[in-house]
Amino acid sequence: MSLISEGANVGRPGGAQLIDGGRYDAALYEPSSAEVGDYIALLKPRVMSLVVFTALVGLAVAPGSLHPITAFTALLCIAVGAGASGALNMWYDADIDKVMTRTARRPVPAGKVRPGEALAFGLTLSGFSVVTLGLLVNWISAGLLAFTIFFYAVIYTMWLKRSTPQNIVIGGAAGAFPPMIGWAAVTGSLSLEPVILFAIIFFWTPPHFWALAIYKKSDYGRAGVPMLPNVAGDAHTRLQILLYTLILVPLGVSPWLLGYASALYGAVAVVTGAAMILLALQVYREASPADRACRHLFAFSILYLFLLYAVLLVDRGWGGLIARVAA
Amino acid sequence: MDDNKKPQGKDQGIVLTEAQQRARRSRSVAIAVALLVLVVLFYVMTLVKGPAVLVRPL
Repeated sequence: MSLISEGANVGRPGGAQLIDGGRYDAALYEPSSAEVGDYIALLKPRVMSLVVFTALVGLAVAPGSLHPITAFTALLCIAVGAGASGALNMWYDADIDKVMTRTARRPVPAGKVRPGEALAFGLTLSGFSVVTLGLLVNWISAGLLAFTIFFYAVIYTMWLKRSTPQNIVIGGAAGAFPPMIGWAAVTGSLSLEPVILFAIIFFWTPPHFWALAIYKKSDYGRAGVPMLPNVAGDAHTRLQILLYTLILVPLGVSPWLLGYASALYGAVAVVTGAAMILLALQVYREASPADRACRHLFAFSILYLFLLYAVLLVDRGWGGLIARVAA
Repeated sequence: MDDNKKPQGKDQGIVLTEAQQRARRSRSVAIAVALLVLVVLFYVMTLVKGPAVLVRPL
């Protein structure tokens, strides 16, 4: 009789496979062949770079001063925390990652890193990043980082992703927290401005991911992930993309309207926002199954968010950062 | 241990392949570097903050 029971492993790929009243799957005791590069891949470096960038903007535009080494420490902890949540996501989602072409080569589904190793790696980094941020910077930012990791790993990955087409709407909050954490690292508090930075990313996430979900629909369908195009159809998703874009663009302009940013930022936000609406309209009008407009919107949405935050960094933060370093 | 007293076959336990040994070594080095970075970070931050390092406001 095989030690490995198919039924025993249903649910979690990383679950301990205790079967037949005490015997363990021998494969769990195979020596690991995971390389350092495989562990780095678990951190989702591309997502991590975006998190670091948005956290840097939150940190730079915040009023007050922070020693450059403290700022570096805060960014390092936020980056490691983001990587930890990526590792926890890959641990839990190994089963669906395996059947999606976009994710099949990730370390866990590819068999390079065992699920248990990914789980231990994610939990260890989560603990170290939160405690280090709390001890060396402040506990408000550490609390926000802990909540972000929890939100992404538990609320989004374990709960929402497989259960509702609104998964990336609510789950998008996890990706929107980093600028707030950066702000809190400097000020030890929160105000309207970081909430606006949060809202921009929060409302940017649905059009960005649903554009991807339309042209990767078969992938998500194969994995059984209830993305909006798979559940409600392309036409409804295209409408939702347009509606969220119409909310996003005014929010993108709001830092200028509220006096937080200069006219340069306002001009960039208006021009790129108009382009976003134009592309969302093209997505809305395009008949299924054509996905060219979705690819254009997906690509431009990355540039849009980057430009908004980059101009804000130059506009509000860069001068402040230089002054702080000089001081 | 005398050569003829060395455990044979299954008694040898888990024997790592060349690739597994190399991977384990690289992982050990990475863990050492990460711990070193952590120690240096706490040391430098203590110098930066001075006595205020013990003041940890919410």
